[in-house]
Amino acid sequence: MTQHNGTSIPLVELRGITKAFPGVLANDRIDLTLRGGEVHCLLGENGAGKSTLIAILSGLNRPDAGEILIEGKPTTISSPRRALELGIGTVHQHSTLIPALSVLENLMLGDRRGLRLDEAGARRRLRDLSAQLGVEIDPDAKARDLALGHQQQVEIVKALWRGSRVLILDEPTSMLTPQGVAELAKVLDRLTESGQAIVFITHKLHEALSLGDQISILRQGRLVGHLTKEEIRIRSHDELRAEIVRIMFGEEARDIGDVAELREEVAGARSERHVPENAEVVLELRGLTAPGEGSERGVEEISFELRQGEILGIAGMDGNGQRALAEAIAGQRHASHGHVLLYGGDVSRLGVASRQKLGLRYVTDDRLGEGIVGMLPVGLNLFLKRIGEAPYWRYGRIQRAVVEGRAAELVREFDVRTPSVSKRVSTLSGGNIQKILLARELSFDPKVVVFHKPTYGLDVKTTAMVRALIRKLADGGGAAVVISTDLDELLELSDRIAVLSRGRLVGVVSNGPGAAEEVGELMVGSPAEAA
Amino acid sequence: MTETTTTTTATGRASVAALPRRPARSLRAERILDVIIRSIVPVVLALVAGGVLLLALGRNPLTFYGNIWTGGVAAGAWQNSAIRMAPFLLIAAGLTLIFRANIWNLGYNGQFLLAAALVSGYAPGLTNHVPAWLAFALLFLLAGAAGAIWTIVPAVLKARYGTNEIITTLMMSFIGVDLASLLIKGPFHDPTTPLPQTAVIPLDKMLPPIPGTRIHIGLLIAFAAIFVVHYMLTRTSWGLRLQIVGANPRAARHFGINLPRLILTSFLASGFLVGLAATADIVGLWGYIRTGWDPAYGDTIIPFVFLARLNALAVVPFIAFFSVLSTGGDLAAQQAGLPTDVLYVLVGLILLFMTVIEYLGRRRELGQSYLPQGLRQALHLRRAVA
Repeated sequence: MTQHNGTSIPLVELRGITKAFPGVLANDRIDLTLRGGEVHCLLGENGAGKSTLIAILSGLNRPDAGEILIEGKPTTISSPRRALELGIGTVHQHSTLIPALSVLENLMLGDRRGLRLDEAGARRRLRDLSAQLGVEIDPDAKARDLALGHQQQVEIVKALWRGSRVLILDEPTSMLTPQGVAELAKVLDRLTESGQAIVFITHKLHEALSLGDQISILRQGRLVGHLTKEEIRIRSHDELRAEIVRIMFGEEARDIGDVAELREEVAGARSERHVPENAEVVLELRGLTAPGEGSERGVEEISFELRQGEILGIAGMDGNGQRALAEAIAGQRHASHGHVLLYGGDVSRLGVASRQKLGLRYVTDDRLGEGIVGMLPVGLNLFLKRIGEAPYWRYGRIQRAVVEGRAAELVREFDVRTPSVSKRVSTLSGGNIQKILLARELSFDPKVVVFHKPTYGLDVKTTAMVRALIRKLADGGGAAVVISTDLDELLELSDRIAVLSRGRLVGVVSNGPGAAEEVGELMVGSPAEAA
Repeated sequence: MTETTTTTTATGRASVAALPRRPARSLRAERILDVIIRSIVPVVLALVAGGVLLLALGRNPLTFYGNIWTGGVAAGAWQNSAIRMAPFLLIAAGLTLIFRANIWNLGYNGQFLLAAALVSGYAPGLTNHVPAWLAFALLFLLAGAAGAIWTIVPAVLKARYGTNEIITTLMMSFIGVDLASLLIKGPFHDPTTPLPQTAVIPLDKMLPPIPGTRIHIGLLIAFAAIFVVHYMLTRTSWGLRLQIVGANPRAARHFGINLPRLILTSFLASGFLVGLAATADIVGLWGYIRTGWDPAYGDTIIPFVFLARLNALAVVPFIAFFSVLSTGGDLAAQQAGLPTDVLYVLVGLILLFMTVIEYLGRRRELGQSYLPQGLRQALHLRRAVA
């Protein structure tokens, strides 16, 4: 790795970058300077233009106007390969590793010298890079067997593989556990020490503040704010936070009624809720056991009670049986034994549709994969769990006017941003798709709702809205199970937090002072502490 | 298909003010345009390329296409083409329906021939003993049932064990074809002839023509089937479930759709429609069946089912076109002194151009399909807002 002087000529300089897509200006005259040894945070809501900017830097898109200077020289980044040659490596939000191949094989995929694979050389390179990053990577592990945090480390190694000087990380923390984030921060430290310039894309304020040397704020395609190293160092975090919120949401912050909520969200406030001891038990699991699917873990002997008005958090690192648990409650996965009781009535034998009708709902984490049918319009997607039911269908025939009328109401109620209910749902953003899922599950008298990673990948505003909806559900006489890998989220929302580890519930903690530590201990968990 | 996404080529120097803003065209108009580009253009290109080929062979393409017109459309010849359409349409309806669910019933030949053998075997006796309308109704039901029953094994295997239906339907098809042959040589053999064939249905016992034409009423039934399938797919809860299963099986599970039941019902419906084609063809046109006769209608029309993008209504013009081509083409090929294979060259060219157009259509979005999902979503959001 060559050392770069971080002060003189910047490694990369973007000047007036503009990129339009049909009908929309994704990037509007953006200037950005990347220096070696610095972490430059790009902060902005979904759709602010972060991803387009990154696509331009990594050669996926070409700007309509503006210049890119690499070490002072105007350069055209014509393709992803060119970007790599220029030393710009990108770690995308979603894994690009081939699951069936080993780590080493994945890394060697990019090598294009000669026919024979230079395995010994690759091993050496991997060893050097791991040492540089301060991580341990098993070269022979299959990519699919790696935890998400490790996968990401491999992705970083892959981006550095051919000697990159600029490393772009697109929402790198969205899939990581708290420990994973801490580990990533260490890796970033070592990288900046060696002179790398790092672009860190996030919509989480606190990450930007704790990791960024520079912070650039994007909004609706424009660069609306920039905080320099000095500013970040001198001013207090609270002060910076307030300013960033104002810049990020600007005018909008005034007309969205939940600014207070937003601030609360940003400050990570905890809600004070109280569930009476004698509240009715609305959902009970008795020794619920459900198999895993493929390489994913199942759950064993899960038992808990959920009272009216209560929010139960399920904490745990990814892959500890979360999906099996959620699906078994929803009726989407067959439980091999054990029971699910809704208001004391056994619903274990009922399918998804019947449980849905009884008010047992499931907001899936796999929004795009199973939560919607992309080619169908927004309106129809809102009713996909009620296919064939009156008054939306009569004698098997769809009543379009009824469906669209009700859909329009739901779209308004849940603030789904769509031009019309007949728009294909696949054209909407992740946040709006989540609102569609929420509208579907939280309408028609919901009683118990399982939320699986309800705010994963969402921007601050939508996150705040989702959490407010969860609270509203509980306050309005419903109850919620919130499965999340984001401990902060659970601490903010839950009355109690249960910890799922290796397919079993290893303990339940009442939320309050010290809960975070307790949950953390259970998560890493000595078996002796298991309940 | 998503909307067209022709982005401006990067000039690097375009001024911000000059950024193009495409007028918001209605989604419907765009979709119709898309359908025209993707379906009509390949046909036109194939006719042009076929013309060049004919020129190279020293024939006048205009004369050739003119003869197709004479033999397939002009002066009442269109009625022959229309008669040919009936089994095509029924099979197309059956295939469109099940393909929409992403289930591949490729056993249509066996389903068709087995139904045809049963209809040929029972029709002469049945038409003699019961009123004509009842006989026809029974024969259609018999054929439909035969086609449907022949899908049960693949359907159950798929519903229960997830067995690949492409293989099982093909295997069942072979068995069906041979079983039909056995039936014709055995129980249904016409004793008055040494040829391996069934007794011929008397002309006055065949399906009656539509008044004022020579076209048998089987064509009306075929059109009815097309409309029913289209209605089922677009308006009913069953059709919606079918499409969800086809588009996203994981979502189907999430929405609590009973997958086994849907697989079974769509297979039965598909086989039923394929079976109906046999009655229309045997009782409407041929009057008997003999061993070795396998028109493989399904193989012929499958390209058109796809060309119509699995839309039941859109397949009609394609099948009409092909019927004219094959009816008139016999004459045209004969007069040009060419084998009728030349017609299949034309069909092949249509498929070729269809693929090319599809490829070009994708390419326009090539930049898009390379984008990571998050980015694509962001772009989609902006298009949605615009």
